[in-house]
Amino acid sequence: MATAIMDLPDREYILPGTRTCAGCGLPIAYRHILKALGPKTVVTLPACCLTILHGMYPKTPVAINSVNNTFGSTAASASGLVAGLKVTGREDYTVLAMAGDGGTFDMGIQALSGAAERQTNFIYVCYDNEAYMNTGVQRSSATPAGAVTTTTPVRPKEQPKKDFIQIMEAHHPAYLATTCSSYPADLYNKFVKAKDIRGTRFIHLAVPCPAGWGFPTRHTVKMGRLAVETAVVVLYEVEEGRFRLTGKSLNMAKTGRKRPVSEYLEGQARFKKMTPEQVEAFQEWVDRRWEQLLERAGL
Amino acid sequence: MARTKILTGNETAALAAKMCRVQVVAAYPITPQSKIPEVLSEYVERGELDAEFVRVESEHSAMGVCISASLVGARAFTATAANGLAYMHEQLHWAAGARVPIVMPVTNRGLGAPWTILNDMQDTISQRDTGWIQLYCMNNQEVLDQIILAYKVAERVLVPVMVCFDGFRLSHTMMPVEIPDQEKVDAYLPPFEPPYLLDPENPVNINPVVLTDPLPGADGRPCPGYMGFRRRLQEALESALDVLLEEGRIFGEHFGRSYDDPLYRYRTEDARLVFVAMGSLASEATEAVDMLREEGIPAGVVGIRIFRPFPRRALREALAGVQIMAVLEKAVSYGHEGALASEVKAALYGLNGAQPLAVNFILGLGGKDVKPADVCEAARRALSFSGPGEVPESPIWLSNEI
Repeated sequence: MATAIMDLPDREYILPGTRTCAGCGLPIAYRHILKALGPKTVVTLPACCLTILHGMYPKTPVAINSVNNTFGSTAASASGLVAGLKVTGREDYTVLAMAGDGGTFDMGIQALSGAAERQTNFIYVCYDNEAYMNTGVQRSSATPAGAVTTTTPVRPKEQPKKDFIQIMEAHHPAYLATTCSSYPADLYNKFVKAKDIRGTRFIHLAVPCPAGWGFPTRHTVKMGRLAVETAVVVLYEVEEGRFRLTGKSLNMAKTGRKRPVSEYLEGQARFKKMTPEQVEAFQEWVDRRWEQLLERAGL
Repeated sequence: MARTKILTGNETAALAAKMCRVQVVAAYPITPQSKIPEVLSEYVERGELDAEFVRVESEHSAMGVCISASLVGARAFTATAANGLAYMHEQLHWAAGARVPIVMPVTNRGLGAPWTILNDMQDTISQRDTGWIQLYCMNNQEVLDQIILAYKVAERVLVPVMVCFDGFRLSHTMMPVEIPDQEKVDAYLPPFEPPYLLDPENPVNINPVVLTDPLPGADGRPCPGYMGFRRRLQEALESALDVLLEEGRIFGEHFGRSYDDPLYRYRTEDARLVFVAMGSLASEATEAVDMLREEGIPAGVVGIRIFRPFPRRALREALAGVQIMAVLEKAVSYGHEGALASEVKAALYGLNGAQPLAVNFILGLGGKDVKPADVCEAARRALSFSGPGEVPESPIWLSNEI
């Protein structure tokens, strides 16, 4: 399925005046997610950057029903929404759980693993900006090796990013996809597809963060594209166990064009302390995973 | 017709939830509560209860499920104890702040470390300030009645309710329980009518970030700041006492057992010494009172059925003329005394000389047996003090050999 930008629904669910930082990738993605899911959606969110987007009481720019919950309980809250809507005869609502990498990779993993094992009928989105951005750029288990954060200020993070997508795949969700805010059409198509599937649907959403990553706010879209073009982020989906590359990543697989990771790293202040050896190790990891995914895709 | 069954406290709690037609149950096993979700899952799987049973992976999630299910209009139920309740702590605050009428039995049990699975009240007393109504049961009949009453009150004042009863002493003890007809429960407790319904065309953002000071809404009217919301929670809890007593009286009209007094009172009229206790400890004290009276000691019992909201006025009236009160507790506010002792004393503050001498006894922690003889010993110790200067500053630990 392909959707051109001109074919997207006109209705907007994020009105002007959000409180996100300048250049935030999240509203770009959220706008298209909500367009794909439509008005009969209930979103549940913990304290995170998305809470900031949702605004301060008594005003909100988001025209969709939403429930705020505690940091570690996003998937539990979603399970409650699913159960509550079912017993009150409103199964036509889509339940969307959306949390950052801290609220998913770290604190939310227990509730999410439980809900996924129960095959709860909901869409869980982890929007991954690779650190605790809302509280001021502290290291999370999604932070890549070599990144400076406010809790790895002198010696950049030594451990690689947790392979959370694989952890989720091991739960055998009904649908699993990766996407990136710089590719709204890829993202939109995946949410349209996810909406019509029953069971647990997990979507990993890569979101560049100018404030936390250290790049000019005008480069948000470019930075997301560089992440994909260097294969640091790979766009794919897994439907009933069938793996498929999508969008730009599929295109790269066909053409064999993949940019060196240094082009992605150089534009971000958080990687300024990486040694040439670390850059080389990162490139090796990206290449190795890319080859594995190509093999999985049968390409 | 109502019929009497011999049931454990856990079986009673599960049956009460079923009779309340709960719609969403989320629970995680923990001793001594585990039988409640076991029985409920059997009701659901046999089709005797039309509910969604969410077998969560933790108590934190159990409450998370209940909060969100309640927010979209479902009658939600869970049960827990001890460390499970402590693990829920963050969510307890959230549930009260979100004003969701969840009802949760807690089978009172001691908290680790070191591990104990046995009874005391440290678990629920430690959750005193979470904004929940707390009811304490003396027997299994009260477990049934208080759960039904709890939903009625919770859904009126939009405050969640903990129905506390002693682990093992009630949860695993079989007692006769009069089971009302389902139609009578339905007549007393109509289906939950949520305060608002989800509307895609009029979306809401529930429990968002609220700033310190009131701000104008879209229509220009001022909306409360954080303190405004918290003040409303306090007002709801305070107003809940009258609602509890009113609904307790109406309960009596429906079922013949009235709960229009926040206190259980036994032989208090002419008592020189009054035991103040909660839960099944009040039953033990009742037996002790009969023994003491045979010895010529005019003793009585005040059992506190409603701990939050705290029945200050009733306590003042019940205790003002008493010479000595012995506050018996299965919980400690470490570094001070039993929380109940502090609260009862605070309720009597300002009575200018009419206060009874207050002696605080800690007993029965981690399942330590409390016999009527132990309670009589407390009475003798309390009566040995002739003035406030003689009462030790720290609580007296009873039956504490080593």
